[in-house]
Amino acid sequence: MSDTLQKSSDIDLDKRPENGRATAIKSRLTSWDSIILVLTVLVLIVASFSVENFGTSRNFTFMVLDLLPIILIALPMTMIIVTGEIDLSVASTLGLTSSMMGWLWNQGLSIETIIPLCVVIGAICGVVNGFLITGLGLPSLAVTIGTLALYRGLAFVVLGDGAVADFPWNYTGWVTGTIGGGAVPNVLILIVVLALIFGIVQHATPFGRSLYAIGANAQAAHFSGIRVARTKFWLYVVSGAVAGLVGVLWTLRYSSARADNGSGLELAVVAAVLLGGVSIFGGKGSLPGVLAGVVLLTALQNALRLEDVSGQALNIVTGSLLVLSVLLPNITTAVRGNYHRRRLRQAASR
Amino acid sequence: MLRSPRTLLSVTSAALLVAGLAACGGTTKDSNTNSGSGTQASAAADPNAAVKEGLKIAFLPKQLNNPYSDVETGGGKVAVDELKGEYKLVGPNDASASSQVSYINTLIQQQQDVIVVAANDPNAVCPSLNQARAAKIKVITFDSDASKDCRDAFINQATTEGIGQSLAKMALEQAGSDGGEIAVLSATPNATNQNSWIEVMKTELKKPEYAKLKLVKVAYGNDDDQKSFQEAQGLLQSYPNLKVIVAPTTVGIAAGARYISSSSYKGKVAVTGLGLPNQMREYVKDGTVTKFALWNPADIGYLAAFAGAAMASGQITGAEGEKFKAGKLGEYTIGKDGEIVLGPPTEFTKDNIDQFNF
Repeated sequence: MSDTLQKSSDIDLDKRPENGRATAIKSRLTSWDSIILVLTVLVLIVASFSVENFGTSRNFTFMVLDLLPIILIALPMTMIIVTGEIDLSVASTLGLTSSMMGWLWNQGLSIETIIPLCVVIGAICGVVNGFLITGLGLPSLAVTIGTLALYRGLAFVVLGDGAVADFPWNYTGWVTGTIGGGAVPNVLILIVVLALIFGIVQHATPFGRSLYAIGANAQAAHFSGIRVARTKFWLYVVSGAVAGLVGVLWTLRYSSARADNGSGLELAVVAAVLLGGVSIFGGKGSLPGVLAGVVLLTALQNALRLEDVSGQALNIVTGSLLVLSVLLPNITTAVRGNYHRRRLRQAASR
Repeated sequence: MLRSPRTLLSVTSAALLVAGLAACGGTTKDSNTNSGSGTQASAAADPNAAVKEGLKIAFLPKQLNNPYSDVETGGGKVAVDELKGEYKLVGPNDASASSQVSYINTLIQQQQDVIVVAANDPNAVCPSLNQARAAKIKVITFDSDASKDCRDAFINQATTEGIGQSLAKMALEQAGSDGGEIAVLSATPNATNQNSWIEVMKTELKKPEYAKLKLVKVAYGNDDDQKSFQEAQGLLQSYPNLKVIVAPTTVGIAAGARYISSSSYKGKVAVTGLGLPNQMREYVKDGTVTKFALWNPADIGYLAAFAGAAMASGQITGAEGEKFKAGKLGEYTIGKDGEIVLGPPTEFTKDNIDQFNF
């Protein structure tokens, strides 16, 4: 446990007394999420200059639409992974809400009723996850792999292999459209609003800080008065609700409600979150880093596709990037730890 | 504990925000009149316009590295070379409904002239295809159509009638002038395509020229090799006088031919239907099968490229009755709803089978 603590602390605690502020800034700059931020900006700049058609306003719109589902689901996923848990059922929740949306639409309900209803359905999926994990104390990895299959299965029960497509144009058009026909997609407002809310909750409230405490040491957090189980429970509910909302947006974007919508998306989300510097062991990571991770993955894929790089090569690139993102921070921590120990030893022998 | 419900509250309120954003109260399936944006203001066709050179024609199959679609797009490449255009092949690794959309968006960015696409989902690709058309890109679908208000033309490999008639015709040829008993070895009992072909075939068999043919049974091999093999065996045990087995499925015809070629019925019972040349080659060479049919996938891609080029050059707009020339395949006329039918299926015999590799 102490090992996790050591790794997870943003700042090397034992260095602090010597030259506190300078080291804090230095480690801030060399932390993985700042590296990823810089890398993202770099990729965007290089791609704008070297890849034809990358920097156009239309491509910007396409990119925002491509990253919409990943970025929204990544918001609660970041919190969940920070607490040391995981939710792999999000893409299946998306599929189930998409199916339900099609089915309810066929039943003649109005779209204005269906949309909030779908968010509630997503939240219920989250309640089930949350209950199994916090109520019965089952491991989240196993539970959400189970509900990954379960929710996807239910989605096929609801809609089968068919698709529902005749959603109203003013809704489908809104999701794919831009503000006033310009370059800024309508859905960007949604991304910004939700990212701000999640960012403030995670980084500027006691609740948000308690997530890090839980992730670093759940037992210690419990004894410090943090209601660990309840916090986790609500995170799963929120995660489900957001997945439900994304199910609605996905359905409207492709004007097609299908049971197989979004399959495999959970891996893209987890990949982006880890790339953004969140530790899979919990207790460490920031939302800006995750946002940068999502943008980096999407921009890289978009640019490579514009350069006619084949799909397989694309998978290799994103796969390697992910492995590196897990590997590099660990290596730097190890190197730093080594250096620190050697200095201590030298000091002791003197 | 006071704080966690706040998170939930914010998410729910954000969700309600979406619901409220386009607030125009109570749009239901019934009240919904979907106008769509798919209608492209099309200029009049000029049948005499020359086909442009250097057209950028991109193929987007359901997924890459599928042997069947490789042959289709291969035919497209031949056509684009003949047209002196720029050929491009892109596609996702999985045939999921939405994975094609990013590729369509990329093709729009690259300012292609023609996109030839086999839609994984008739509707999911629609918004993107319409954006492409708004950017003056011609959209031709092949293999599986997109919704007809978001493409300019669809290359239909074969009509149900065409296949059914062809099956009946081949059965008669193989049974010989005396006619006799025939049986069908189909896929599953509820396979849509096979059932509609068999229906057409049955109607066809009622015509006087087919009077000597008697359809004794429709067996189902469930598109499973072993089950099809056993069903073929069963057919001959129940009907020893059987003259022809007609299998309108590539699995069935291969399994049927394998059984006959290894049995004493070889040379007495004919096998025909729809099959892949590579699977059927050995049975054609050893004389078990004299003739079978399938549309030529290479021709689908070939025709699609020519249709796209003709459209991008302004020769045709996709309206019914317009005509265009498709290289070695000859002249085509656009049918109802922008459909272009490839024509009767290609028949394979021992004389031509070695020209086909798929």
